[in-house]
Amino acid sequence: MEIAFYIASAIAIYATLRVVTNTNPVHALLSLIVSLLAVAAIFFMLGAPFAGALEIIVYAGAIMVLFVFVVMMLNIGPAVAMQERAWLTPKTWVVPAILAAVLLAEMLYLLRDGTWNQAGHTLVDAKQVGISLFGPYLLVVELASLLLLAALVAAYHLGKRDDQNG
Amino acid sequence: MFDWVTPELAQIFFTVFQAVVILLVTVLLAAYLSLIERKLLAWWQDRYGPNRVGPFGMFQIVADMFKMFFKEDWTPPFADKLTFRLAPAIAMGTILLSMAVIPVTATWGVIDLNIGLLFFFGMAGLAVYSVMFAAWSSNNKYSLLGGLRAAAQTVSYEVFMGLALMGVVVQAGSFNLRDIVEAQSNLWNIIPQFFGFCTFMIAGIAVTHRHPFDQPEAEQELADGYHIEYSGMKWGMFFVAEYIGVVMVSAMIVTLFFGGWKPLPYLDFIPSFVWFAVKTGFFIMLFVLVRGALMRPRYDHVMKFSWLVCLPLTLVNLLVTAAVVLLNTPAA
Repeated sequence: MEIAFYIASAIAIYATLRVVTNTNPVHALLSLIVSLLAVAAIFFMLGAPFAGALEIIVYAGAIMVLFVFVVMMLNIGPAVAMQERAWLTPKTWVVPAILAAVLLAEMLYLLRDGTWNQAGHTLVDAKQVGISLFGPYLLVVELASLLLLAALVAAYHLGKRDDQNG
Repeated sequence: MFDWVTPELAQIFFTVFQAVVILLVTVLLAAYLSLIERKLLAWWQDRYGPNRVGPFGMFQIVADMFKMFFKEDWTPPFADKLTFRLAPAIAMGTILLSMAVIPVTATWGVIDLNIGLLFFFGMAGLAVYSVMFAAWSSNNKYSLLGGLRAAAQTVSYEVFMGLALMGVVVQAGSFNLRDIVEAQSNLWNIIPQFFGFCTFMIAGIAVTHRHPFDQPEAEQELADGYHIEYSGMKWGMFFVAEYIGVVMVSAMIVTLFFGGWKPLPYLDFIPSFVWFAVKTGFFIMLFVLVRGALMRPRYDHVMKFSWLVCLPLTLVNLLVTAAVVLLNTPAA
């Protein structure tokens, strides 16, 4: 089980790196999909099959489809790859890389401390997720629904045609 | 001599054997379905259909396969190689994986997941990429138009496909497909969940891109749509994947709404596998009949129908089901 975890984590990290370094936008999105699937596999291993399935359905199956949908309509040719390559100079990525390295060092330091619990003891199924969503986290769910409603109204307003015959 | 056969090992062998048998039967049935479909359509349209190769044209599929194997497998030089090769594999893989969660009989089935239905949704969601990648990587305007239609159509129809089945889940209290079948011991879900069945049937046809929802590959306007640049076995994989989709959605309808392997009353002397096969066969034929009988609607009508008719219907169905279940549950 542990070896499976490390394999899935390695795939997730490598795929995420490829998202950043790939010059072809569609290949980068493909890497992002692979990364999300690897994270879903980790959820399955940690005993949260419901979260893993939702990760696949919502992120990999719906949100990423919209990303690919938009990128597909852009006219991507060799020019875009050249442009991407021009953007990916050391001047651009050195500072974010240093910041990420600081975060990594901090996380490793905290992990070294030894006061962490091993995950994956309990199985979190759909029922438990539902009970905690509509129990202690009810306010957050309601706030999220308000946000979604606002987004829906905004999208409707933006997509509405001005002429009456539309 | 057979000392090394421990019960555990026998169990492993039996499980693998089951999986291989189910895989082979599904793929072979799907391949043969192309002939069955042509025959049935011909009969309904008062024609003979394929009748040259073998008795009643039974070996037509063999001839078709030979033709396909000997065709040149051509990758266009202007195509994006990685996604072009990946797309047919995604089409086959996701559909076959969703077949794995379907319980055939009480003892037969590949995997028994406690989130079986969600796994099916996930695989159906990932299946969109096959069409989108095929459409985009072909670098062809017609295929791209087909891919855009496919993406918009599938996303719209998956929304209410999930909602249509939530009524079934509420009644069974589980995402496990075996539990859902067991919950139908007394009454098949088709009666209490009639609207769920109607909407899931429509969504199922849309997700497999079958007629009348074959907008992505509308021959007359898009010249075959997303797989226009494919040839040889890569095209064959799309073709077979569509038929596996038909088998899979039919089996899913049977499992969710028609009691899976459960027999009708007084008829339980017939083996449960026969029940499952007959029910699934009925829905496969219904898929073919729909193709033979209906015209293809306009694309914007398809989208309007999804969002303005099916989505509200499934929401009302879910709310009513939940209210009835709550009323019948004794207060804790």
